Amino acid sequence: MTGAVRQQALAGTMAVLAGIAALALLSNAATVALALAAICAAGGCFALAGLAEDEGRAAVVLTPALFAALVLFLWEVLTRGFDIPMILLPAPSAIGSAFWDTLPDLKLDVQQTVLYAAIPGFLAGTILGFLAGVAVDRSPFLQQGLLPLSNFASVIPIVGVAPIMIMWFGFDWQSKAAVVVLITFFPAFVNMVAGLQQASKIERDLMTSYAATYWQTMWKLRLPAALPFLFAALKINASLALIGAIVAEFFGTPVHGIGFRISAEIGHLALDRVWAAILVAALVGSISYALLAMAERAATFWHPSQLTGRSRPKS
Amino acid sequence: MSDVASRGGFGVTTFRHARWTALPGWLRQAASVGAILCMMLAVWSIAATLVNPAPDDPEPGWLPANWWNDRPVLPSPPQVLIATWNGLFGYPVSSPRSLIYHAVVTLDAALTGFALAIAVGIALATAIVHSKLLDRGLLPWVIVSQSIPVLATAPMIVVVLGHAGFSGLLPKAVISASLAFFPVTIGMCKGLRAAGSAQMELLRTYNASRAQVFWKLRWPASIPYLFPSLKVALALSITGAIVGELPTGATAGLGARLLIASYNGLMLLMWATLIVASLLAGLSVGVLTLIERALPRFRASQ
Repeated sequence: MTGAVRQQALAGTMAVLAGIAALALLSNAATVALALAAICAAGGCFALAGLAEDEGRAAVVLTPALFAALVLFLWEVLTRGFDIPMILLPAPSAIGSAFWDTLPDLKLDVQQTVLYAAIPGFLAGTILGFLAGVAVDRSPFLQQGLLPLSNFASVIPIVGVAPIMIMWFGFDWQSKAAVVVLITFFPAFVNMVAGLQQASKIERDLMTSYAATYWQTMWKLRLPAALPFLFAALKINASLALIGAIVAEFFGTPVHGIGFRISAEIGHLALDRVWAAILVAALVGSISYALLAMAERAATFWHPSQLTGRSRPKS
Repeated sequence: MSDVASRGGFGVTTFRHARWTALPGWLRQAASVGAILCMMLAVWSIAATLVNPAPDDPEPGWLPANWWNDRPVLPSPPQVLIATWNGLFGYPVSSPRSLIYHAVVTLDAALTGFALAIAVGIALATAIVHSKLLDRGLLPWVIVSQSIPVLATAPMIVVVLGHAGFSGLLPKAVISASLAFFPVTIGMCKGLRAAGSAQMELLRTYNASRAQVFWKLRWPASIPYLFPSLKVALALSITGAIVGELPTGATAGLGARLLIASYNGLMLLMWATLIVASLLAGLSVGVLTLIERALPRFRASQ
């Protein structure tokens, strides 16, 4: 089959499958819905396998999107068809409506957890880590000692300090932000130290031959060369900050916050609301990651690690 | 020369002194780690002296009186040392006051979850490298899910599994596994594709089946990628098990101990539990590193 015919055939198959899926969602009889869902699952896998072979840019985006749509659809039909109790697994539609209903509460939760705890903690911890990395740059002695300790810190469950921080800073967001500072410090530090090693000897020699001072070499060569590592630290820290802020709330918190919402609604066995809170956390996590990835692309477009896709020379 | 000139003064000239650099690498490393630990200890001691109020009936001794406050703001180094020592060795191992007992409970859940994560992660990676559909459809979601706070689902997993009739070890193990299978999956996806195209083509000229390619080439080529992922996964499993003990009113495990200490304001117990948790994580990852080193032939390609 030629490419165009093949694409049309795929599109047609998917349109038919979408129709069957709509029927399955609308049907009141559980057996009918399940039978239609089985057809959709088989056909959908077949069509998606065809789409996955396509190398076009649209297919690369469409395949995961349609795959997720298929999973959500099956989740919806199976929870309804088998009448799975909400306490085990609420249907996506139930989660969606719970999300919509609790939106005002969820906004306050995001404010408490993300704006007050995660972001300030993330900024403070990351900046402190970066500064510490620059500070020990001139001392191989300190680097040699601090790196193993930081590696150890990456292994231990730092979030356990949350109760200590609560005793020091109270129940409100300050204690959560303090936990986040501690969690985000070490990745920032380690990546700064590693990043500053990235400028090659020959490039540093060139700066020396220009009679550049230490700080000139730092600003014009070594920090730009370290950027991929610094962005790696920012991305790691973004998700660590969110996790830290949420888990710290499990130890006690005022009446708002994503972690508070999760543990409170669990107590009421309102699983759809719990899922809605988790959905919010997932959205915040992916959006912050996407923003950082965009910033990285804008700041390090010149770096070999970013030269992918069309800009790569064809061989 | 240029290196010294561009890096400048103090660190380089002082510590690249001939006698210093003549020392073996591990000794220099140990010396600097020791020096930094001493500095931290000094800062800790000064802070403990400054922030703690003196106890009502100070005991005579050569250490500052407020180092022995029963409800300290910042426990002093000897207080924490004694509390940790007592927690570890002051009670029989079967006693619920012994931190070893709680550490074993946590480690049990963490290792079960770790094993689960290895199985799921490797199975998923194997499926992904063999199926274009999963590679294009599922792998992007596995990567996206890295930025999602999976640990936030911990209380839900406990309650849902509890409702389904599972309690105790299994929910904690599931939480550990749900955290730890990501690094294994990602690492193994890389590892199972790490074999060179020349080697893949050679096996194709031998008319090797997919299973033969997997066992004779892909799997051995992936081992150097497996161990770094396993270390991350093990650390995550232990964190997962500890957090999994928080929401349930669990009575055993380091997380439960931490929560009890938190509710009752027992600062010393908190510190001791945290130190034991850190030791547990550090030791388990250390053991994994030793196992990795005992397999020298896999390290060559790293």
